[in-house]
Amino acid sequence: MAQDWKSFEPLLIPDIPNLEKIDVYEENGGYDALKEILNDQETWSRKSVVEEVKQANIRGRGGAGFNAGLKWSFMPDPDGGPRYLACNGDESEPGTFKDRKIFEYNPHLFIEGALIASYAMTVDTIYVYIRGEYLSWVEMLQDAVDDAYEKGYLGDDILGTDVSIDMELTYGAGAYICGEETAMLESLEGKRGYPRTKPPFPAQNGLWGRPTTINNIETLANVPLVINNGADWYGDIGAEEHPGPVLYGISGHVNRPGVYEYPTGVPVMDLINDVAGGIRGGKDLKAIIPGGSSTPPLRADQLDGVTMNSDSLKDVGSMMGTAGMVVMDEDTDMVEVLWRIAHFYSHESCGQCTPCRDGTGWLEKVLKKIKDGEGEMKDLDLLLDIGNQMEGRTICALADAAVWPVRHTINRFRDEFEERCKKSVHAVA
Amino acid sequence: MADLSFTEEELEEIERLKDKFPTAKAATLRVLWLAQNKYGHVKDEVQRLVAETLDLPKAHVHGVARFYTQYYKEEKGKFVLDVCTCLSCQLCGGYDILHHLEDELDIEAGETTDDGMFTINEVECLGACGYAPMLQVTNGVYVNNLTKEKVDKLIKNLRNGNMPEFESMAMPELEKRNQAASE
Ligand SMILES: Cc1cc2nc3c(=O)[nH]c(=O)nc-3n(C[C@H](O)[C@H](O)[C@H](O)COP(=O)(O)O)c2cc1C
Ligand code: SF4
Ligand code: FES
Repeated sequence: MAQDWKSFEPLLIPDIPNLEKIDVYEENGGYDALKEILNDQETWSRKSVVEEVKQANIRGRGGAGFNAGLKWSFMPDPDGGPRYLACNGDESEPGTFKDRKIFEYNPHLFIEGALIASYAMTVDTIYVYIRGEYLSWVEMLQDAVDDAYEKGYLGDDILGTDVSIDMELTYGAGAYICGEETAMLESLEGKRGYPRTKPPFPAQNGLWGRPTTINNIETLANVPLVINNGADWYGDIGAEEHPGPVLYGISGHVNRPGVYEYPTGVPVMDLINDVAGGIRGGKDLKAIIPGGSSTPPLRADQLDGVTMNSDSLKDVGSMMGTAGMVVMDEDTDMVEVLWRIAHFYSHESCGQCTPCRDGTGWLEKVLKKIKDGEGEMKDLDLLLDIGNQMEGRTICALADAAVWPVRHTINRFRDEFEERCKKSVHAVA
Repeated sequence: MADLSFTEEELEEIERLKDKFPTAKAATLRVLWLAQNKYGHVKDEVQRLVAETLDLPKAHVHGVARFYTQYYKEEKGKFVLDVCTCLSCQLCGGYDILHHLEDELDIEAGETTDDGMFTINEVECLGACGYAPMLQVTNGVYVNNLTKEKVDKLIKNLRNGNMPEFESMAMPELEKRNQAASE
């Protein structure tokens, strides 16, 4: 796979004008996967759809990379009561801006994927939760949903079968934490977005106490591809342990930032130089954050041969996350960057757990002190220590997400942090 | 303040919002939005109206209104400029844009101009990192790839009552295709 990414033809957002219109989507094979399943439910039993998707190994695109089909298989057997699919369009992890491309350019692919998922899990109601700031994109998706209802792909007795599925869109009102899946459920129930303690897991006890599965928007957009072409075909795209097309969001100091679709496993340096047009102003690369603000940064000298997939990134001590890659040039001040990340997590902590609420606050405070030239050498160890006290001791993963960048930025750019502390007013000659 | 109330039409819309969910409580966020769009904020008296309309405890609605940053718990300027200074925007000059706005409007982030026209806020990532630096106008339109000149023009247009248009940020690959097609 090393080189052939260049000839890849986009699948999630193919090069077809007006694909957001339902007629154009249909003309290009849209809703065929749904039709095939619903018209031949003997071949495509609910279980066999789950099995096919599990085989394909679509790794969740919301950040955690969990096998989607495997997650679906955790839903208990139907008992006649309501069952939900909650689609996560909260997209608030700094560096991440790809799901809205699906709403804008190929909303029906997502709707079709959500419908297939709902059939597979015997779900009757789909909720799509979109961040409140994305109002323009909520409207775009609503137009597509209205058209899908009109054409009989949504609602009662879909395509004349006895399958009935509804889709409701709603949106938040500004809170990063509502992207955490159980906080999203709370918000959907009309409450503050406080993450829930697990267990019980949403598959057992989700929305209004009923079985619920949560998937990211891009994850669901991959589903029709698998049904149309088969799990084996899908598994051959990109990196073996993490297959499929990915919407890479590239931002920061590159010449052509934006969202690009390529398979998993593209070499990081190719993404920066060939895809995103290289570093602005002809400068040198200093570091990247591979997949959203919580994924540990990597120095340029760590990137030799590293590709954008979970195993390769893990080998060098980072993660794939949301594939929202932030690129930093040689003049970037890592102390400023880390302080700003810490500020984000402190601002967004929901405050339920003491180690997170206080810890994120302290991380920010100490980093601000260092950034303002008032830090001492021992503050660096203090930061690492605060992090160790937070990790794994909280209800949700926001605390961990706040700790990782602190730990790894300090360790990987230690000289820069020490330099800043040496110069400070507290330093003793 | 005089007693607040929803019109017949608004109450119908609220019924429709309630129908989206199995409980009335679930409609809290949406009805707060509706109320904010009407009154420009969700101060105490508006929260009370929402609570009464949905037949929910005032404390619940208050808690929700406070939790989410897009709800205005105080009156804001006619145009609220939410400037992103988070990670990618920071790297691409988001703070320069924020400070330029503060200088031009002679207020600091979090404040409103004396004439009630503008409020500036510094906000977290708005999911437009590839088009940094950027800002959002009053929970609505995104204005991307900001320069000082673009900001000045925006301010001028807003003063004249002209809202910016939706900017579709094409996928760079699609952009290339469209360019080729038009040549
Ligand atoms: C603090 C926090 C924020 C998150 N934000 C998002 C988000 O904005 N969008 C998203 O899809 N997943 C987000 N996640 C991950 C979700 O909890 C969940 O794993 C995901 O939506 C599951 O979908 P997937 O398996 O299809 O990726 C977040 C997780 C945490 C801990
Ligand atoms: S870890 Fe932080 S964000 Fe998550 S529930 Fe606890 S306090 Fe809230
Ligand atoms: S960092 Fe500003 S939009 Fe994401």
